[in-house]
Amino acid sequence: MSHPVLDLRGVRYAYPGGHEALSGVDLHVHAGERVALLGPNGAGKTTLVLHLNAILRATSGSVSVSGRQVTTDTIAEIRRCVGVVFQDPDDQLFMPTVRDDVSFGPANLGLRGDDLAERVDEALTAVGVADLADRPPHHLSFGQRRRVAIATVLAMRPEILVLDEPSSNLDPAARRELAEILESLDVTILMVTHDLPYAAQLCERALVLSGGRIVADGPTVDLLRDEELMRAHRLELPFGFSV
Amino acid sequence: MGAGTGQHLHVEGNSLLHRMSATAKLVGLLALVVVVVAIPKGAWFALAGSLCLGMLVLVSTGVSARHTLPRLAVDLPFVVFALVLPFVATGTRVPLGPVTVSESGLVAAGTLLAKASTGALVGVAFAVTTAPRDLVLALQQLRVPDPMVSIVSFMVRYLSVVSGELARMRIALASRGFRGRSLRSWPTIAASAGALFVRSFERGERVHLAMLSRGYAGRLPALEAPTTTPSMWALALAPAAIAGGLLVGALR
Repeated sequence: MSHPVLDLRGVRYAYPGGHEALSGVDLHVHAGERVALLGPNGAGKTTLVLHLNAILRATSGSVSVSGRQVTTDTIAEIRRCVGVVFQDPDDQLFMPTVRDDVSFGPANLGLRGDDLAERVDEALTAVGVADLADRPPHHLSFGQRRRVAIATVLAMRPEILVLDEPSSNLDPAARRELAEILESLDVTILMVTHDLPYAAQLCERALVLSGGRIVADGPTVDLLRDEELMRAHRLELPFGFSV
Repeated sequence: MGAGTGQHLHVEGNSLLHRMSATAKLVGLLALVVVVVAIPKGAWFALAGSLCLGMLVLVSTGVSARHTLPRLAVDLPFVVFALVLPFVATGTRVPLGPVTVSESGLVAAGTLLAKASTGALVGVAFAVTTAPRDLVLALQQLRVPDPMVSIVSFMVRYLSVVSGELARMRIALASRGFRGRSLRSWPTIAASAGALFVRSFERGERVHLAMLSRGYAGRLPALEAPTTTPSMWALALAPAAIAGGLLVGALR
């Protein structure tokens, strides 16, 4: 059987102050899966995301991406394979125009000229914002900025797309449009979210991270129906929702 | 959210200056300013000539006075200083209408006003015809050190984000009855400035993380450089050459 795209074993991480944010995380995601990572505030979700592309390094345990262990030598390749889309697009979009920003990642990989232009067009078209290429990011609506942020990562042709709260601050139409785009992408997705209906709509499998450990792993709908599990980890469907 | 200071300086257009590469414009601007600064004080013909040159450059942008005049306000501190100078300077006094003023002060004031205004005129002409992105490209092409180009580039990008945050903070303060009109409000203003600094610093760290995630290794990738034709260089350096002629005339 092929290697999982993401394979974490016994990952522990303590911040310099001593607070242990991850206390032995075991997690694997296979190619083609769309997986939701659920958990209450402070569960360690963002800390975990920063381990996936080697921004943070585990105190103990191992992180592998498509069979490659995260080490100092593999960092550049790991960051190409794992595309992280951060929660606030203003943190991600820092170049003067959308085109420059989407070029940033592939240019760091060494692409130039026509190859670079082709990569940029491909990524912008995939998220339906090819017409915004020459606009400055701060002139775009929030929904457009979120889509461009995804394009900046897609341009690196990642093996897995990691999205941190992709539906936050979006109006209902932008939220639906983003879901349609994510469904249309041919890429493995790990989606960190509080938006349980969104997780149920997009991801067939879900993981629950609580207290720095994975406490549940299974079909999203089954987890959301497990009232006891949900209550124990401060997860709730919005009023009026049932699955 | 505001459009950002960097953004509203630039006015779209199709004048010669709009079409000229920012690199040539920047070099031309710098050369002109250096020459004008070198004109000796009291060389009225050369000073008046350079002032006319500055006006001509600004008019050639085709941008309406409604846009350019408010931006010329950067010249105001120099105007005020020039107005005060003849009264406070020492030396021989000469009558000027009902009052007597310092002769050397008057000469220094006139010289200062002409030089500063020329600089302001061409500076505004550059600003209204150059998009912030082109300025960054020009700095990169002129081999300005990378950290400085990055600082300018991030400033252009995040000025509107930070000013948006400041605006929201002011609204939040005003909504809770804050009126910044007395000494007692100073601690609140200081605390807000501190909070804004901390938020910007934290944003800087998040932006850096996002950059690392996309393979940043200490150098911004070079963007496609604008091409500068020989005729562009000639045109961009023409005002400096004319001012140079005036300078030589004044020195003889």
